[in-house]
Amino acid sequence: MSTSKFGEYGGQYVPEALMPAIEELEDAYERYVLDNEDGFMDEFRRRLRDFGGRPTPLQHAEQLSERYDAEVYLKREDLLHGGAHKLNNALGQVLLAKYMGKDRIVAETGAGQHGTATAMAAAHLGMPCEVYMGERDINRQRPNVFRMRLNGAAVNTVTVGRGTLKEAINETMRDWATNVEDTHYVIGSVVGPHPFPVMVRDFQAVISEEAREQVRERAGRPPDSVLACAGGGSNTMGAFHGFVGDEDVELYAVEAGGSSLEVDEEEGVAPNSASLSTGDEGVLHGARTKLLQDSNGQIMESHSVSSGLDYAGVGPELAHLVDEERVTPVTVDDDRALEAFHRLSQEEGIIPALETAHAFGFAHENPEQLGDVTVINVSGRGDKDLESVIEESAKRDLSAAPDMDVFDGGAGL
Amino acid sequence: MSRIGEAFADGPAFVPYLAVGDPDYESSTAYVEALAHGGADVIELGLPFSEPVAEGPTIQGAVTRALDAGMTPGKYFEFVEELDVDVPLVCMTYYNLIYQFTTDDDERKGPRPFVERAAEAGIEGFVVPDLPAEEADPLREACDDHGLDLVFIVAPTTEGERLERIMDRVSGYVYVQARLGVTGARDDVSDRTDDALGRLEDWDVSEQGPEARRTESNGVPKAVGFGIKTGKHAERIVEGGADGVIVGSALVDIVAEGHREGRPAEAVAADLEAKARELKEGAASGYAQRVPEPEHT
Ligand SMILES: Cc1ncc(COP(=O)(O)O)c(C=O)c1O
Repeated sequence: MSTSKFGEYGGQYVPEALMPAIEELEDAYERYVLDNEDGFMDEFRRRLRDFGGRPTPLQHAEQLSERYDAEVYLKREDLLHGGAHKLNNALGQVLLAKYMGKDRIVAETGAGQHGTATAMAAAHLGMPCEVYMGERDINRQRPNVFRMRLNGAAVNTVTVGRGTLKEAINETMRDWATNVEDTHYVIGSVVGPHPFPVMVRDFQAVISEEAREQVRERAGRPPDSVLACAGGGSNTMGAFHGFVGDEDVELYAVEAGGSSLEVDEEEGVAPNSASLSTGDEGVLHGARTKLLQDSNGQIMESHSVSSGLDYAGVGPELAHLVDEERVTPVTVDDDRALEAFHRLSQEEGIIPALETAHAFGFAHENPEQLGDVTVINVSGRGDKDLESVIEESAKRDLSAAPDMDVFDGGAGL
Repeated sequence: MSRIGEAFADGPAFVPYLAVGDPDYESSTAYVEALAHGGADVIELGLPFSEPVAEGPTIQGAVTRALDAGMTPGKYFEFVEELDVDVPLVCMTYYNLIYQFTTDDDERKGPRPFVERAAEAGIEGFVVPDLPAEEADPLREACDDHGLDLVFIVAPTTEGERLERIMDRVSGYVYVQARLGVTGARDDVSDRTDDALGRLEDWDVSEQGPEARRTESNGVPKAVGFGIKTGKHAERIVEGGADGVIVGSALVDIVAEGHREGRPAEAVAADLEAKARELKEGAASGYAQRVPEPEHT
C-alpha cells in the first residue's frame, strides 16, 4: 500500500461519490506505475522519449554563471514538447487512464500549460478531453487556449470567484463527481487527494533523475543547490525528488510573492501565492496542506502575475518537506519576476515562462545562496506570456525591459 | 436514540436544507422558521464555505450571497442560538471550517472546539460532504463525546467494504445520494434514484425489517437527497422505501428568486412554508401507499 500522508499532510478529503474512483486510481497507480504491470512504465518512458523529446538537456548558462560567480546549470524542461514540464505528468496520467479503461479525460488549468499538455497527450492517445479554465486566465493566456482547441479539447470557461486555478479545480472536481465512472481527472500538479500527489511526483521525478546524472557528468560533483518555482509544486517536486536524499543539496522552492506578502482579511484577498512561506495548515481540494486562508478557514483569493503560480494551496509533500526543513521556501514578487523574465531573455536567449522567471528572480537577488554549483529548473518557455508581459511591463518601470516603441512608430506603450 | 433518530420514528421525515445567512441574517432566520412551520422534521443548516465542491450552481449561489453578507462560523452559531424552532438541527459544512475553528479556551486545530461550540449552540448533528469515512475518526470521536450525530453520504458508487465502513460510523441518518454529480433540483427523479432505492432495500433485508431496526441503537434511517424538487418526487421516493427526503436546491431556488426580484422576506417565507408543506405531504402520501410491511414484533 502506498501511504496517503506526508507527516500530517495529505489524505483524501473528497466527496464520497469520488472515493471509489480514488481507490481504483490508487490500485492502478500501485500496479502500473510502481510495479510496471503490463509494461506501463516502459511504454510511458518510450512515449516521453519519442513524443515528448526526453531527455531534456542540462545546459551550462555562461552569462549567469559569470554574473553570479557560480556554475549555473539550467534543466531545460522548456524544451519538452508543449513547452513545459507539464507533459511528463499529463502523458503519464492520460496513458494510465487508458490502461484503466476510462474513456474521457477532464483537467483543470491555470496558465493553460497543463491544459495544453493534457490536450496534446489526449490527442496523441486518442482520448476525448475537456479542460476547465478560469475566465481571467483564459484572457491572460490566450495562446494556450488556442492550442488546446487546436488539439481538439473542449475548453470550459469558469466564471465564479476570481476565475483562476482554484475555481477551475472546483469545477473539474464537480465534473468528475458527475461522470466518475468513465472519466479520469488528470490533475495538473502534486495536489489533490492521495494518490495524486505521489503519482504526479513520480511522473515528474524524471526531471531530477536526469538532472542528477547530468550534473554529475558535467560538473563532476553534485550541485550545492536546486531552484524551482512552486505553484502547486509539480516542477518543484520533480526537480527535487531525486535530491531529497542528498542532504548537502539545498532545495529552494520559489513562490510568487505577488504584489505583497500582507493579506487583506476583510476582503479575503492574499495578494500573493506564497502558501509555503506564509500559509497555514488546512484542508483544500482533497488534501491537508499549507493554505492561504482567513482566520475562519475560508480560502483566500491569491494573486500572482503568473497564472500558473496563482493558487492558494500547495502540494502536501512540499508542505511536509518545508516543516522538516529539507526544503526552503522563498518568495519573489511580481516586479522581480518580470525583471528576471527580461534578463533571461536578453542574457541567455531563453524566454522563460513567467512562473519559471520567479526561480531566476531568486537567483538574482541571492547569488550567495546558490553555492558553487546550482541547478535551476526552467519549468517552461514564455511564449504563452508574451501578451501579459508586454502589458505588465508597460505598467512598471523595469530596468531590464526592452522598449516596444517599434509597435507604434515610437510613441511608446 | 438521538432526537434526530426520533424525528424519523413516526412516518417519513422531511429534511430541508438552507444556507445560513442567505441572502442576509434576518431573512435567513425567517426562512428557516418557515420550514419548521411547513413541517420540517430535521433541518440541515449550511455553514457557507468558500469552496463548495459538492454543490451545483444553485447552492453555490446561496453560499456566495451568504458570504458576501458577512456570514462567519461565529455568526452562524449565534444564528442557531437565536432560532425559534423545535426540530433537531444538523450543521452541513466543509471540513476546513470545522478544522480551523478555535476558541479562546481551546486553540488547538482539529474538530473538537467546533463540535463543542456547535453542541452548545444547539446543533445536534453534522454532514460534511468532503469528509469520507477514511478521514472522519477525529470528528466522529468529538461527536461521540458531545452526544452528537454524524451523518454520512452514501453515493451511487458506494458499495461493498466502503458501505460497511460508512455504516460502522454513521449515526442520525444515512444521506443517500440519489444520483452522481453535485446538488441541484431536477425535473425528474433519475434512474439512479431508483438504483439508490434498490440498494436501500438491500440494506433493509434484516430479519426484523426496517421498522424494528430503527428502534435499535444501531439502526439508522435512510434519507434520500440530490435533485428532489416536488411533492411528487418525495412521494415516489418514500413509496420506494426511503425513511426521509432531503431537499435543498428546490428551496434555495425560492430564496434566490425572491432575492433577485427584491420580494419582501415575508412573502418568500410564505412560499418556502408552502413548498415545505408540499414536500412533507408528498412524503406522507408515499408512505401511505407503501405495500404494508409484514407484521413483526
Ligand atoms: C511553466 C510552468 N512552471 C510552473 C508552473 C507551476 O506549477 P507547478 O508548481 O505544479 O510546477 C506552471 C503551471 O502552470 C507552469 O506552466
